[in-house]
Amino acid sequence: MSEKYDITRRQFAKAGLAVAAMPMFYTKGVWAANDFTNNPGSSSTVTLGFNVPQTGAYADEGADELRAFKLAVKHLNGQGDSGLMNTMKPMNLKGNGILGKKVTYVTGDTQTKSDAARASAKRMIEKDGVVMFSGGSSSGVAIAVQGLAQELGVIFMAGLTHSNDTTGKDKRRYGFRHFFNAKMSGSALGPVLKDEMGTDRKAYHLTADYTWGWTQEQSIQETTEGLGWSTTAKVRTPVGAGDFSQFITPVLNSGADVLILNHYGKDMINSLTQAVQFGLRDKQVNGKNFEIIVPLYSRLMAQGAGKNLQGILGTANWDWQLEDEGSKAFVKSFGTEYGFPPSMAAQTCYVQTLLYANACENAGTFYPPEVIRQLEGFEFDGMGNGPTEYRAEDHQCFKKVLVVRGKANPSSQYDLLDIVKEVPRSEVEYDASIFGGELGPYKV
Amino acid sequence: MMNSIKQQLMNLFKKQSDLTTILLFAAGVLTMPIWLDPIGANYPDLLQKFVIFGIFAVGYNILFGLTGYLSFGHAVFLGVGSYTAVWSFKLFTMNVLPAMLFATLISGLIAAAIGFVSMRRSGIYFSILTLAFAQMFYNLAYSVLIPITNGETGLQLRMHDIRIIDNYFSDPAPGLPSTELFGMSMNGYSGFYFCAVVLILAFYVAMKIFRSPFGMKLKAIKSNQHRMRYTGSDTRPYLITAFIISGMFAGLAGALLAVTDPLAGAERMQWTASGEVILMTILGGVGTLFGPLLGVGIIKYLENIFSTINESVLQQFFSFLPQWGENFMVAIVSPFVGDGWHLTLGILFMIIIIFLPGGLMEGFQKIKKRYLTKGVKDSESTTKQE
Repeated sequence: MSEKYDITRRQFAKAGLAVAAMPMFYTKGVWAANDFTNNPGSSSTVTLGFNVPQTGAYADEGADELRAFKLAVKHLNGQGDSGLMNTMKPMNLKGNGILGKKVTYVTGDTQTKSDAARASAKRMIEKDGVVMFSGGSSSGVAIAVQGLAQELGVIFMAGLTHSNDTTGKDKRRYGFRHFFNAKMSGSALGPVLKDEMGTDRKAYHLTADYTWGWTQEQSIQETTEGLGWSTTAKVRTPVGAGDFSQFITPVLNSGADVLILNHYGKDMINSLTQAVQFGLRDKQVNGKNFEIIVPLYSRLMAQGAGKNLQGILGTANWDWQLEDEGSKAFVKSFGTEYGFPPSMAAQTCYVQTLLYANACENAGTFYPPEVIRQLEGFEFDGMGNGPTEYRAEDHQCFKKVLVVRGKANPSSQYDLLDIVKEVPRSEVEYDASIFGGELGPYKV
Repeated sequence: MMNSIKQQLMNLFKKQSDLTTILLFAAGVLTMPIWLDPIGANYPDLLQKFVIFGIFAVGYNILFGLTGYLSFGHAVFLGVGSYTAVWSFKLFTMNVLPAMLFATLISGLIAAAIGFVSMRRSGIYFSILTLAFAQMFYNLAYSVLIPITNGETGLQLRMHDIRIIDNYFSDPAPGLPSTELFGMSMNGYSGFYFCAVVLILAFYVAMKIFRSPFGMKLKAIKSNQHRMRYTGSDTRPYLITAFIISGMFAGLAGALLAVTDPLAGAERMQWTASGEVILMTILGGVGTLFGPLLGVGIIKYLENIFSTINESVLQQFFSFLPQWGENFMVAIVSPFVGDGWHLTLGILFMIIIIFLPGGLMEGFQKIKKRYLTKGVKDSESTTKQE
């Protein structure tokens, strides 16, 4: 009796739910088969959204990203010297906007906060009607807005984001990343660390306390422990802390002989400067010179850290001193426009914008599922990183990774990094399934 | 006899004025998409922010406006509300009602705890205590509570959350689920209208509190707490109740933030967020019913619209001027828009505090008074002429 009652109750509940859910299906049916969010239709322009940190610890990177976006829009509209459109191949761009529509753009400030970034992205999508938005500098923000992209059905071309989660456990069908990630940094750094520091080291991690810091700490730890190093401690620090002295003092007496700074932007400048002021680099521990490693840093950070960064190892996605055709074309174009060389954040944002535009040209439409299919598995060259592939399984680009070192005798204020090694793609590649996660549906 | 009729009439008038107030208010809120369109503020996300922070400010005003107790940590309840709501989405159902209920209750409980301790002091000591609690919660969210808050990355929905109730009824659909009210999506305009209805209800409750004996007691505490105590009435329970009620309003607002966008980050609990609601209340008018809402409107408008005006927009705006005039105007105006919107807000705040200490509502009353007294004078002068 009670079983029977159970079934009927459940059926009743299901029926009730079906009735309640009806309006939702009804409204979804209203959309025509191929209509989508912010369809530019017959409009003569198409709008892109550039959502970058203009305030906070990552503001320098954000400013440079914005310069790159503006340059990309200029080139897409056929103004300027066309930059990487001269070297990209294969390429379908014609210099008349995207699919014949002139490109316009709107900008927003993420403030390096998930909340503000999502509000800003929502404004772009709901008010300004963007077909694609881009930007970054914090993986926390990138993951937050990538979720929004999937919900609202607007493609997000991630800018600078280095956490494994962005294309790992938090990957989304509507999110794409050209930048490399912490896992690749670890794989690239490993052999160099072995050569320079040996196999018997004790590492101390200071880590920015959010998704990027966590995954970088994990990836670097896996690499160094694979070399035979031990890990003394892993200390999490708040983002934008400003003063890191309370975290650095314990390093002095911990017995560790390597400090790994999983910090970025102004945080890294502050923590590194303070570590040097505390005399860490002049110390001898366990009969070895104390070393500092900054697994991810950029030229912009090198400018801020000055002398303190000299001789310190790290990895980079791209550097303006690369000698290939694409890099030279981009540096020239950016330099003519702004008077100084671009950062790696600028390069990735510029490339992402062009890649999206090219995918639309290939698809012959702005309809996101078609554009996504064009980007998935897309192989290209001539954009400054050598032959590159957008892996379809996780929307991560695979290309070579640079191991860099702070230059001892810089010849100019921009000539700050030595490229120690260009690590080929085969050495940094990994199986797409190791991080889990699901891309989700094409059509939302 | 005459007196009692008069009394009845007065009562009727008063009741009617309550009813008309709430009707006018409801009409004003629900037509926001129409009258905010010309100033570029008609899009769902901003409209939602207006009404949600409206609830926050209305609730805050119950504490600050009525009792004069300046809480510097109200954003805690906003954050607690958001986290609770997202957890309700993750564990139970995507339906928004349980989320709102849990959020209101739990922030009420936390408000009771914080209020119990903080209300032992008044004035600046009370403010500092609440600030200390807020900072404590904020730091907890980034350290020990990371399993609950997911730290800097923020608490988000995942495809494989438990969602006991939803999964009991039906198999999960592909992709991330979205928040709903019995099938009605909480994205876009439907989300706004839902929040607007909640704001109207919240406003009605606040209005009832303002005009109740309880509200009168709170006002009495504000004007002279010592005298209240001497007359033998214990003020503490009233203060704590007011604190809890305003905490619950904030929790509700936090839940709605999660309803319209299911993500909770600890930056919602930062002291700047607590400061913002104080600015909103003071800007609009402390202790007035409508003032805090005006404050919300101004601050959220500046934050979302003013901050996006860049040089190219200004150039378009001033393009009617000759080239040198255009450049000149752009150069003058640009520091105050875009990134500089805080500067505009600061100046506006200073002007209002210096010239209208009672906020914008005082300004309106001054205008009303001047207009009315002018009318009286006019009629006087005409009678003289006769």
